Amino acid sequence: MASALINVPAKAKRGDIIEIKTLMSHIMESGYRHKASGEAVPRDIITSFTCHFNGAEIFRADLFPAIAANPFFSFFTTATESGKFEFEWIGDKGFSETASASISVE
Amino acid sequence: MRFLGAIATALLVVGAVGAAEIPLAERRSGYSFMKPDTKTMQDDDTANPGMLWVLNGETLWNRKTSAADKACADCHGNARASMKGVAARYPAFDKATGRPIDLEQRINSCRTNHQQATPLPFESRELLSLTAFVARQSQGAPIETGADPQLAPFVAKGRELYMQRQGQLNLGCANCHDDNWDKRLAGAAITQGHPTGYPLYRLEWQSLGSLQRRLRACITGIRAQAHDYGAPELVELELYLMSRARGMAMEAPAVRP
Repeated sequence: MASALINVPAKAKRGDIIEIKTLMSHIMESGYRHKASGEAVPRDIITSFTCHFNGAEIFRADLFPAIAANPFFSFFTTATESGKFEFEWIGDKGFSETASASISVE
Repeated sequence: MRFLGAIATALLVVGAVGAAEIPLAERRSGYSFMKPDTKTMQDDDTANPGMLWVLNGETLWNRKTSAADKACADCHGNARASMKGVAARYPAFDKATGRPIDLEQRINSCRTNHQQATPLPFESRELLSLTAFVARQSQGAPIETGADPQLAPFVAKGRELYMQRQGQLNLGCANCHDDNWDKRLAGAAITQGHPTGYPLYRLEWQSLGSLQRRLRACITGIRAQAHDYGAPELVELELYLMSRARGMAMEAPAVRP
């Protein structure tokens, strides 16, 4: 049920500091747990999150096994021009999700 | 272990005083026991992980399924109107079985009878998602469960279970949640046990979970044998707890530590 919740203001004034919030659905299985039978549960985590604005990278994070399920990111940027934020999550077992949001800057 | 034993002993002593119900004016949601950061997480729809299930539930609501090729929406239309306040009345009396059923069981009976689909397993992503989506439509509505007079004998049974001491620790729900809700147990707040926000996202679970899951965890905690999912005892307990919380606002999907 991979799905993301994105919160980007639809409008901003030039020079405003805006907050961007993203929530991605993921189990973030650490790889350190065992089943009742003793078998290790293989690691299944998101390893990287990036945000591009109009093609330029503005935020990147590496994720590790200690990060909780359904990782939530909140970060700030300065509104300079209208455009599109593109978000990408990459992880184990070929996990890859994208989302985008537009902003109009006056 | 010795520390926990001491707590259990202390609770037993306090519990002996007897269970008194919490007066209406003093009823508090589990929300009010939380730290500000957890409250913020619940209040902000884009930070509340429970909303991921709500989002998924909306997709499932509109998806045609199985032999009947019908979606929930084909009968119930727009859930924002048709499901408003519905979760605040569950568990409700089911005419077919002559018993109370909870929201999960209602969704499954709808699937079986009207969609000719297989019932979804308890705690499955799909069932939690649909339940969360339906329950979300009642956010802010006052709980009305138990108004139906046909439910009275089942509410009474649920209350009996709530008061009943059981398990190796010989505790009943009331010993903590009526008598000691203003205290703490191993650092965590003992709440009043009002199920205002289910299904809810527990940080400890790293997932959304149902009220039945919570009840089973509590029963295991007092070292008693937990009832199976869907057992009549669990539904009666849910029914009693919801009717005990009557008038409080629905919060689903809530966040709890």
